[in-house]
Amino acid sequence: MALTNEEVKQRLTDKFGEQLTEWEEPYGMLTLRAPAEMNLKVMQFLFDTEELRFRFLTDLTAVHYPTRKDEELCIVYHLHNLVDNVRLRLKVYVPVAQPDVFTATQLFSGANWMERETYDFFGVNFVGHPNLIRILNVDEMDYFPMRKEYEMEDPTRKDKDDEMFGR
Amino acid sequence: MTEQHPQHHIKLSEESLQKQTTTLNLGPTHPATHGVFQNIMEIDGERVLETVPTIGYIHRAFEKIAERRPYYQITPLTDRLNYCSSPINNMGWHMTIEKLLGLKLPKRVEYLRVIIMELSRIADHLVCNSVIAVDTGALTPFTYVFQFREKIYEVFEEICGSRLTTNIGRVGGFERNFTPASFTKLHAIVESFPKMLTEFESLLNRNRVFMDRCIGAGPISAERALNYGFTGPNLRATGVDFDVRVAQPYSSYEDFDFKIPVGTVGDVYDRFMVRNGEMWESYSIIKQAIEKIDKIEREFPDQKNVFYAPEADHYHIPPKEDVYTKMEALIYHFKIVMGEIDALPGEVYHSVEGGNGEVGYYLISDGGRTPYRLHFRRPCFIYYQAYPEMVEGGLLSDAVITLSSLNVIAGELDA
Repeated sequence: MALTNEEVKQRLTDKFGEQLTEWEEPYGMLTLRAPAEMNLKVMQFLFDTEELRFRFLTDLTAVHYPTRKDEELCIVYHLHNLVDNVRLRLKVYVPVAQPDVFTATQLFSGANWMERETYDFFGVNFVGHPNLIRILNVDEMDYFPMRKEYEMEDPTRKDKDDEMFGR
Repeated sequence: MTEQHPQHHIKLSEESLQKQTTTLNLGPTHPATHGVFQNIMEIDGERVLETVPTIGYIHRAFEKIAERRPYYQITPLTDRLNYCSSPINNMGWHMTIEKLLGLKLPKRVEYLRVIIMELSRIADHLVCNSVIAVDTGALTPFTYVFQFREKIYEVFEEICGSRLTTNIGRVGGFERNFTPASFTKLHAIVESFPKMLTEFESLLNRNRVFMDRCIGAGPISAERALNYGFTGPNLRATGVDFDVRVAQPYSSYEDFDFKIPVGTVGDVYDRFMVRNGEMWESYSIIKQAIEKIDKIEREFPDQKNVFYAPEADHYHIPPKEDVYTKMEALIYHFKIVMGEIDALPGEVYHSVEGGNGEVGYYLISDGGRTPYRLHFRRPCFIYYQAYPEMVEGGLLSDAVITLSSLNVIAGELDA
């Protein structure tokens, strides 16, 4: 009996109730939002419960939404149950002024570098991470380049002004 | 300190003079690393006590660049992730957009894509496996199989015009139909493949020196590998039969009959054997795909000219001869090239089985002409962090072949 998205949703709702919100299923992948301080609790529950077995962290990244007040940074976890072959997307939102979220390194060793990358590009502070330093950018960098306020092109240049094309 | 060692101009810290171990910089441009990344190793004689990997030397900010590029201009960025099997990355990216747009491709196009992807898987694994042989001291197999890899690149060249970083295919299909010459070259590959790989295997598989060198080097358990997020041949070498082609079939992989080779202990030899096994399976898939395409063309002769989905006209750059003769094609060409085509808003994750594992594309579109956010799941980046755990306590020479058997590609590591 294969695990379905409805069952996953039911079990999570039984456990956490109203705290989990924004249930969606874009292109078949169950997506939900958890409060930032509960990310580890939800993942631990998904990991430990014998019927759910989401024990593989496929991907971890962040998205910056500058227009969302006090929840500018979205941290996205892609989890995978390899036995039943079900994927799940877990999102937590944190304010850009204080982007603190618990680390998942105790649960998944693979989260170590993924969290370092997310810190490197978005400045998300993973509380409890054993070695939260920059990984791809130079150590001297003093900003987080994937945030939307940093333009791709040098904004002071006038010769590459493309009003007609692009945004 | 200068008084203690007045003859030295180089000032070393006191601990470095006292300590009994050696610090060794393996990389960033060491021939044994096959790419630009560094390992700072603490070694005691030949034994590795500690290693700290440093990466990011060729970081090119692809995810940032992608936020300013129309979708069709992101394909060349994906080339440069795992540049040993660029076509798989290209196809994965096209399929991500097709999933976002809900496009369904004709069977012939999907089978053609399967052929291209399996050819590049063979090319990828040939490089990796023959480089393991080079690092163990056997240069000959490498030179033999590189002749064959050349033939695969000739097919790519025939289809898309380039060899290493291919930019092959378009959203909705291919940029042009396969030429008769490309099929001739493909048939020649299918004919000569068994001889080539049998020869390669006869040089290494049961070679006493090679086996003694590889068995037991750089092992990792299935449990640890899963915890580290391993995918692809490196995960399968530990005995886990996870393959995206079977788990979430894309591009009609469900129509094919193939096995997933697995190993047992996840050491260098297992990884080598799993890749060899996969090449045989890729060969079988290519043969099946050619048969299926022949069957389609026999039954529906007009399918011969189908190389893209007609309903993709808003997104697929039309063939040049149509642009010069048909008005609609000209309009679409202009609109696509000038970036006037918006994609649908949506959030999609699509993954394909790349040469090194699950290559994933997490795309958030807000309905504009460029992605709002694009994240590449790069298998190399995720499994390379297990490297210290795999080599610490072993010999330095084992560390080198472990690195080559993991097939760490700098382009995929840094993105």
